[in-house]
Amino acid sequence: MSQTAQNNVNITNSVLQFRQDFAIISNWVSFGSKVLDLGCGDGELLQFLRLSLEVKGYGVEKDDANWLACMENGSNVIQMDLEDGLSGFEDQSFDTVILSQTLQAMHNTEEIVQEMLRVGREVIVTFPNFGYWRNRLQITNGHMPVSKTLPYQWYDTPNVHLCTINDFDKFCKNHKISILERCVITNSQTVHFMPNLLGNLAMYRLKAA
Amino acid sequence: MLEKNSVGIVAPQTAHFEQALTLKSGAFLPQFDLVYETYGKLNADQSNAVLICHALSGTHHVAGKYSADDKYPGWWDNLIGPGKPLDTNKFFVIGVNNLGGCHGSTGPSSINPANGQPWGAQFPVLTVEDWVASQAMLADYLGIKQLAAVVGGSLGGMQALQWTLAYPERVRHALVIASAPNLTAQNMAFNEVARQAIITDPEFHGGDYYAHGVVPRRGLRIARMLGHITYLSDDAMGAKFGRKLKDGIRYSFDAEFEMESYLRYQGDKFAGEFDANTYLRMTRALDYYDPALAFDSDLSAALKSVQASFLVVSFTSDWRFSPARSREIVKALLDNERTVSYAEVTAAHGHDAFLMPDAHYHAILRTYLNKVQV
Repeated sequence: MSQTAQNNVNITNSVLQFRQDFAIISNWVSFGSKVLDLGCGDGELLQFLRLSLEVKGYGVEKDDANWLACMENGSNVIQMDLEDGLSGFEDQSFDTVILSQTLQAMHNTEEIVQEMLRVGREVIVTFPNFGYWRNRLQITNGHMPVSKTLPYQWYDTPNVHLCTINDFDKFCKNHKISILERCVITNSQTVHFMPNLLGNLAMYRLKAA
Repeated sequence: MLEKNSVGIVAPQTAHFEQALTLKSGAFLPQFDLVYETYGKLNADQSNAVLICHALSGTHHVAGKYSADDKYPGWWDNLIGPGKPLDTNKFFVIGVNNLGGCHGSTGPSSINPANGQPWGAQFPVLTVEDWVASQAMLADYLGIKQLAAVVGGSLGGMQALQWTLAYPERVRHALVIASAPNLTAQNMAFNEVARQAIITDPEFHGGDYYAHGVVPRRGLRIARMLGHITYLSDDAMGAKFGRKLKDGIRYSFDAEFEMESYLRYQGDKFAGEFDANTYLRMTRALDYYDPALAFDSDLSAALKSVQASFLVVSFTSDWRFSPARSREIVKALLDNERTVSYAEVTAAHGHDAFLMPDAHYHAILRTYLNKVQV
């Protein structure tokens, strides 16, 4: 396969993956509800939720270029660093607070999850499952995993707190967080059998216990 | 020379109001003038008007030049013009000199019709609320029922916020830049020092210096020098002047450091063109503005009546109107589920950054204003 064809396949896969990701999130968000998307990037998810569910959405984004893209997409966007917590938001002031594929890059991991549970009546967290067999295979072969969902080398990765599905389940149990729903997907397909081994992206719907 | 994308040669206009304006203090002005400029064209349904509110020393001359060989354009010319972030091909932009000013609108140096003398000390103390009320009268005068946006930095941002509280149905967007919901004690303290410099100048004469044919230059000069220090960041002053000397150390109290000549130059320039009584009133309006006061200092409760969409912008190195103060406005709007976006611009220039043509800052304003429907 040529490099271009390979890139095209990757782009197509990543769009499909994204849509599946969005579709599951939209099932967990109520029509017309108030949503806070942390690390909202270019605001694509917020735009999707606004168009499909008429949510009142706000994004939080640190990066200047993403902030502009988010504004361009018509989303409300608050520029701040999630590492500083969510002190600008009142307790239980949002129906849903979302952290999509950002948890693994957070330094204050415990704090942000607790803050999300404080601000949101429900919380959605998604992250790449480090226990996915392809990651395990690369480790077995003596290398840090590099893949579509973990597209970084060990020396340039922003990911500092990677975890497996089993790890996150345990984290929720230890922190008294109720898991309302969990969905694991690989290449847009839902994975029911051995999710910690066969699942690439983990998605959780959480609530303070 | 006129640069590309300039609004071109502009001319101020004067609106005269015969009706008395009762001020927040209880005092009233029997009649008054507001001097203003406009750029762009008001559209048929009057839906594209944007009001620019000025800060402490600003004027109605926001963009363009008075003649082709004018040295400087209006004070926010980098923002306003055809194709600029606040695009005059789309918007009808209004600049107004606030009441109490010294650039044409009725102020302490104007003639009091009651006695034919300059108002001087008799001119009332004004508030942000009074300015906004008079600006609304100007909007009526221009036949504008609702503004597409009110834009202001610093004290101007307070006016933009006040517009959304006083006239929630008359403003669709508020752009509140490098501002605050009130001043901190430290911020007011700078104003107090500035005022004391003016008031204790022997040539102040209790505010009636016009009759003596003098102006309290020394006081005004020191007030401005102090202001300039607070508008810049330590880093910006370091980058601009550092410890650079003009001609070496001479063991004197002359302006040996470049920073000193800069401050002296700025102070002298300002003292030669600004009215001390206006300066006192502008700083007092800053001190007094506190929309949350009537709501037990609960800003969220105070902003309940807001209908406008907001863009709040702050600058990382601005310590006089710090990002934390802008975030208070954002939080109060979020608490009320209002439409709000907030940008914290990484900038080295301190408070002055809101007047600089920083590319990202201008991209923020451009992107937001492009979305404003007219």
